[in-house]
Amino acid sequence: MEKVITFTSRIAALPIANIDTDQIIPARFLKTISKAGLGDQLFFDWRYDAEGNPKPDFILNQPEGKQAQILLAGDNFGCGSSREHAPWALTQYGFRAVISTSFADIFRGNAVKNSLLPIVIPADAHKALFAALEADPAAQVTVDLAQQKLTLPDGSSVSFPIDEFARYCMLEGVDELGYILQQEAAIAAFESARPLSVNTLA
Amino acid sequence: MPQENGAGSKPRTIIEKVWDNHVVAEKPGAPALLYVDLHLVHEVTSPQAFSGLRERGLKVRRPDLTIGTTDHSIPTHNRDLPIVDKIAETQIVQFEKNCNDFGIPFYGPHSAKQGIVHVIGPEQGFTQPGMTVVCGDSHTATHGAFGALAFGIGTSQVEHVLASQCLLQTASKTFEVRVEGTLREGVGAKDIILNLISRIGIGGGNGCVFEFAGAAIRALSMEERMTVCNMSIEGGARAGLIAPDDTTYQYLAGRPYAPKGEAWERAVSLWRKLPTDAGSKYDKSIYIDAGALEPMITFGTNPGMGIGITSAVPDPSSISDPVERESLDKALRYMDLPSGKSLLGHPIDVVFIGSCTNSRISDLRAAAQIFKGRKVNPKVRVMVVPGSQQIKQQAQAEGLDTIFMEAGADWREAGCSMCIAMNGDQLRPGEYSVSTSNRNFEGRQGKGGRTFLASPLTAAASAVMGVVTDVRTLR
Repeated sequence: MEKVITFTSRIAALPIANIDTDQIIPARFLKTISKAGLGDQLFFDWRYDAEGNPKPDFILNQPEGKQAQILLAGDNFGCGSSREHAPWALTQYGFRAVISTSFADIFRGNAVKNSLLPIVIPADAHKALFAALEADPAAQVTVDLAQQKLTLPDGSSVSFPIDEFARYCMLEGVDELGYILQQEAAIAAFESARPLSVNTLA
Repeated sequence: MPQENGAGSKPRTIIEKVWDNHVVAEKPGAPALLYVDLHLVHEVTSPQAFSGLRERGLKVRRPDLTIGTTDHSIPTHNRDLPIVDKIAETQIVQFEKNCNDFGIPFYGPHSAKQGIVHVIGPEQGFTQPGMTVVCGDSHTATHGAFGALAFGIGTSQVEHVLASQCLLQTASKTFEVRVEGTLREGVGAKDIILNLISRIGIGGGNGCVFEFAGAAIRALSMEERMTVCNMSIEGGARAGLIAPDDTTYQYLAGRPYAPKGEAWERAVSLWRKLPTDAGSKYDKSIYIDAGALEPMITFGTNPGMGIGITSAVPDPSSISDPVERESLDKALRYMDLPSGKSLLGHPIDVVFIGSCTNSRISDLRAAAQIFKGRKVNPKVRVMVVPGSQQIKQQAQAEGLDTIFMEAGADWREAGCSMCIAMNGDQLRPGEYSVSTSNRNFEGRQGKGGRTFLASPLTAAASAVMGVVTDVRTLR
């Protein structure tokens, strides 16, 4: 797992609520058996027209979007399908964080497992950030995971919550499966304590 | 294992009981390590997890608690011919190899038990009360109909469960959905869940598990309960469940993988301790009067954008919140719909009857009841896709296939089909469908396609009339 450190970046703003994972990566790209190439398919149907040409008004086709490592989106980002292809596509494109007022549960869990930070900020700060980007599309923010702090373009900062364990894993580069497998003794004890007659398929 | 509540202990909901029964370990600063009783695996969200196992040299810890089937990317016709889509074929072939290499029971395209993962679990009796069930699929909540804690996971967690039979998980909040009263004629399980989602919005259940309760839920069959639980995720909740009762046990008894004989008796006595204790507290609650519901239909681009079928599509200018107003406006532009009038009479191009929401035998019977003696409107293309090969056989034994085909509908092989439109079954740009599936997101049923979500009754009635139709008015 890649360690997350402090970084400063421009922002791609998508002022749309309830962006679902079918928009982030359409289902027809899920026939792959690897993770390769998903960044090119990120937001495909919003990004390209029917002939496959980039739509000039879409943020990722504009200079500020191309340079951004942070996506700013509306409420309830990542709702819908559980596909982990969504954070794979976002990180392969180059995003390291998504800022919103809330995230769908499954997406949030998938994101942190791929070192993609889901940053929840209060509604007023969220609104102000959209306004700041409207005024200056090149505005930058700084993410500090250790301090759980987002420094806004005007120099002020907001703190953001993050699951304690996910934060630890991202800061230390901890492999979650390795952590689980260390608890083999507890798992084996749990299994042996359960009668076999119920809840087995054998 | 279900445990008896000790005297004087805090009353618990079924959600808390199932959770407590599966906590393997809890360490400070980390989520609980939760044991998984049943892991369902399909071709789309698992390949990278199996690759991860191979890279680490790991085995599947409990192949006996794991089931594999192909549903998402397989064709629903001409199964005897090679798959035209070579990328999909590669995925399906790789999945079979993965199941074989790791010793996982595999129900492939030619198995008599093949079907949508959330249909075959209950059908075979794999899904049982009090279990934890996971799958790399957000509609895993379907299994909650049995009083199981069932939820979707990403591919990283698929790998975790394959390797350890456990995952790290934080307990969700509890959200009681109490549905009292009696449903009226023409109104069913799909309308209950679409109504809930339209009221709380698609993020309304974020961080929560629903418990569906009340007389109207008790009165539902198991298949109807699965329809309700299935769309918990469309309300933002990872899981939704219903306490088991005699309806549950009657459905389960005798299924191939259900306990038998003395084991069955012992299981039922434990399952009877699962329902929520009197005096339990929920973090959130909502009340729905079933008697006040009418058939529901969605008009927008998320499942929360739903209305009673006689109600008018809302007007964006009446909404004060600017982001909500813009979201609604954007949805209506995509759907190319006017606000202020109902959808009744709106022309449609396609009707899809299927998906893990509504592809069970009772759904097909409901649709057949409408199609019998009627014809599909010639302008409408109708696909009826059973949820499993066993449902297909059952429907054919009852002559439902003949009813569908005589009406002019297409009768297909089992799979996810046009719900997710990965396998070639899809809308063309600009087309409108009435669909019994679960998502109306932009492009969900095919790029540029427009989806109205509704019940099998509404879908079938609309197929006959060629326009969005209130089944209660069908002559």
